Amino acid sequence: MKDFDVIIIGGGVIGCALASRLSSYTCGVAVLERANDVACGASKANSGIVHGGFDAKEGSLKAKFNVLGCAMMEQEAKRLDFPYRRNGSMVLAFGKDEESTLHSLYERGVKNRAQGLGIISGDEARSLEPGISAEVTAALRCTSSGITSPYEMAVAYGENAAQNGAEFYFNACVTSIERKDKKFVVITENREKYIARAVVNCAGVHADDICRAYKGSEKMPEFTITPRRGEYILMDKTEGGRTSATLFHTPTALGKGILVTPTVHGNLLIGPTADDIEDKESAVTTSSGGQRVLAGAKKSVPDIIPKTAITRFSGVRAHPSTDDFIIGWAFDGWYNIAGIESPGLTCAPAIGKEAAEQIAKDMNFSPKEGYIAERKGIRAFAAMSREERERAIAQDPQYGSIVCRCEQVTEAEIVQSIRRPLGARDMDGVKRRTRAGMGRCQSGFCMPKVAEILARELGRDVNQITKFGKGSYMTEGYIDED
Amino acid sequence: MRTDIIKAFSSPSDGGRLVIVGGGPAGLAAAAKARESGVKDILVLERDARLGGILNQCVHSGFGLHMFGEELTGPEYASRLEKMADGIDYLTNTTVLNITPSLEVECVSREGIFTIKADAVVLACGCRERPRGAIGIPGARCSGVYTAGTAQKLININGVMPGKKFFILGSGDIGLIMARRAVLQGGEVLGVAEIMPYSSGLKRNIAQCLDDYAVPLMLSHTVTDIREKYGRLCGITVSRVDEKLSPVPGTERDFECDTLLLSVGLIPETELLRSAGAELDKVTGGAVADERMMTSVDGLFCVGNMLHVHDLADYACKEAEECAVFAAQYLSGEKKRGKTVRVNCSGGVRYTVPQLLLKDFEGALSLKLRVGNVAKNVYIAAYADGEEVYSAFRRVVAPGEMEYLTLSKEKAEKLRKAERVEVKLKEKR
Repeated sequence: MKDFDVIIIGGGVIGCALASRLSSYTCGVAVLERANDVACGASKANSGIVHGGFDAKEGSLKAKFNVLGCAMMEQEAKRLDFPYRRNGSMVLAFGKDEESTLHSLYERGVKNRAQGLGIISGDEARSLEPGISAEVTAALRCTSSGITSPYEMAVAYGENAAQNGAEFYFNACVTSIERKDKKFVVITENREKYIARAVVNCAGVHADDICRAYKGSEKMPEFTITPRRGEYILMDKTEGGRTSATLFHTPTALGKGILVTPTVHGNLLIGPTADDIEDKESAVTTSSGGQRVLAGAKKSVPDIIPKTAITRFSGVRAHPSTDDFIIGWAFDGWYNIAGIESPGLTCAPAIGKEAAEQIAKDMNFSPKEGYIAERKGIRAFAAMSREERERAIAQDPQYGSIVCRCEQVTEAEIVQSIRRPLGARDMDGVKRRTRAGMGRCQSGFCMPKVAEILARELGRDVNQITKFGKGSYMTEGYIDED
Repeated sequence: MRTDIIKAFSSPSDGGRLVIVGGGPAGLAAAAKARESGVKDILVLERDARLGGILNQCVHSGFGLHMFGEELTGPEYASRLEKMADGIDYLTNTTVLNITPSLEVECVSREGIFTIKADAVVLACGCRERPRGAIGIPGARCSGVYTAGTAQKLININGVMPGKKFFILGSGDIGLIMARRAVLQGGEVLGVAEIMPYSSGLKRNIAQCLDDYAVPLMLSHTVTDIREKYGRLCGITVSRVDEKLSPVPGTERDFECDTLLLSVGLIPETELLRSAGAELDKVTGGAVADERMMTSVDGLFCVGNMLHVHDLADYACKEAEECAVFAAQYLSGEKKRGKTVRVNCSGGVRYTVPQLLLKDFEGALSLKLRVGNVAKNVYIAAYADGEEVYSAFRRVVAPGEMEYLTLSKEKAEKLRKAERVEVKLKEKR
């Protein structure tokens, strides 16, 4: 049985950000993740927006961490080498009613201390973003908002935690937690036991289930998590220039609407829907969802071309019954970070930092000597200058071998993504770390080669390679030669 | 050897250098024909480890009837083409990253980055398959969904089976061929669904790949759900569609299978055309080309499935050979672009290749086109300023079968001299 100071349940962006921060203290940290990799839940399938902070109710934890997180993001992206771009955003109003909502949002933003807010006319909005609809009558502009890559951010935090000694356990689905003396015994589906002085519940959509899995007598805060599915459509890079800012609808009683945004990699992303569902694992896409996403996106940018879609996906967000984040000690030794729905991604750096500081203080951890604050990502061939490419190939000829033609990902990058701390162990892991398979052919050409490289690097049979762990095998077995 | 070639081609040319991007059927046919036409300085660039392109994974026969007068398998066909191009310089494992409008071809290989200054370029990079996301099949995002070509590569090149129990969406030729291939390898194929009321594949493939193996073809049907278990596909739902191609509620049928193959269309690869700034055709997805298969960029030619998707490799090769002759002429001095007239398509004709006729071109005109829908007893007619100058009767036309028209010198002349050229379908009276 392994003994730790802190066990973090859940390796999403919140669990990883916390692990990264906690690993700067002299404490043993373990992250238990039910999936085969970090960032496999809502962290891999969201809008990737760094929100300005005008949307959340004043005084809420959402508002507080949003503004803090937004202000931290640029520095964090530099320190940990994940993509981030401050592209600004606009909330579009269609008519008088929505314009008055814009004004309330503006006032709320000012109270929340969101930066870079201003209301502009429809014509001003169109001069900034020629692609937007002629029906737009006004817009709330926010120059402090930006975009990032949510799964790359989570991987960056995770790798930083791992390089500072945090231990990650995958396929570790927690089924019960018991109290033994002063410690917690965390038991997984595979009957593995992990012991710790403290447990941090970062289990996303399952955070309420994890509370219920605790067998001790202490009282938990009352909350439930409703799985809320959001569907997205990702368009080809040829469409990335349809807007430079992120475009939101004005929120109404019916919901927040559909956004249109460029991604940090130059695609166009549209979505999400917001459907409350029963099954927390049901990240499926639906035909009605796709239609609503397209209709909503075309309302903002009429010229969007449906046939330029290259993939559709959905994420299940953790909507808390309290309507606000649940952060803090439930009782001695048990810390919840639950209900982290939008703008959770923006908040992650700030939540990770503040929670780690509080946990360290209350548990008397001291700063660790030799802590590595910075993390360097994989050097992407596609982003290099010619001189950099020449140097990279001279050092490692695998940089001269393009595996994913759509995104120009080389064998060197794929190999690195597997060999790094917290390396990829499946197809999706390679894809999230390198973009191999993210392009317009959606891995049609590179899939067999990536599977081969994974098998070679992991020392496994190619038929054991999965898309994302469990039974998601890519192939069935060898052909009978006769 | 490789480094010698890289070195030789990194130095300036004497004005007659032809670079061919893509060592598949079209690229090899173009290379051989260009040499025959007098071009001496030729380099073929291939991103894969060997020449032959997709032919290497097409172990079925049916290739070569038009080029060689006999039926060959893909690899046999590739080796014939390689023999024809024997002695021409080539580099495998070499990816072209970028082509400038002045035809500087930037390449990458394990040797490094190098730039070749070409005097003419023939692009023959082929096409890619439309993925799941492009058609938006709803359902679980699990493993077990592959494009038919990927499955073909897995089985025929990598020697692994993508699954045991297959269903196929789309009746494109690769899908049909993979239905047979899966059966022959001991797999089970539950059916092929096609959203249109007709197949987009060749008739012979429906007979030889489905009928002969009792694989049902479900026309006007599509996949409306994908289910998974432990991350792998475990079943799908197929529904009938109405005239608007929308699924009809109540017609759902569940199939238990572990693999869904997609054969739902091919799209020309356009990255290099875009990098050079060549005009693209919204309908074909490939380049806009004139009668020489030259794009809007001087000296940049485009052939095969990269120009528009062909029915047979043979036809892509024929097109490449024609282009190579023009590229040779271009290199030997006839470099002027000349005035053009655009072919307008309407009345059921989706596109033609070439899209542009050359005003001062001479000789017969070969025009390739596709229709948007199945039609019976129709004429394909060409008009010069409203006057019909050509028509050809067809008992049946279908989107899956490309139409080839040859217009005599005189008729071609009339079209080329016209202000407005139109090609459309005409009902038989």
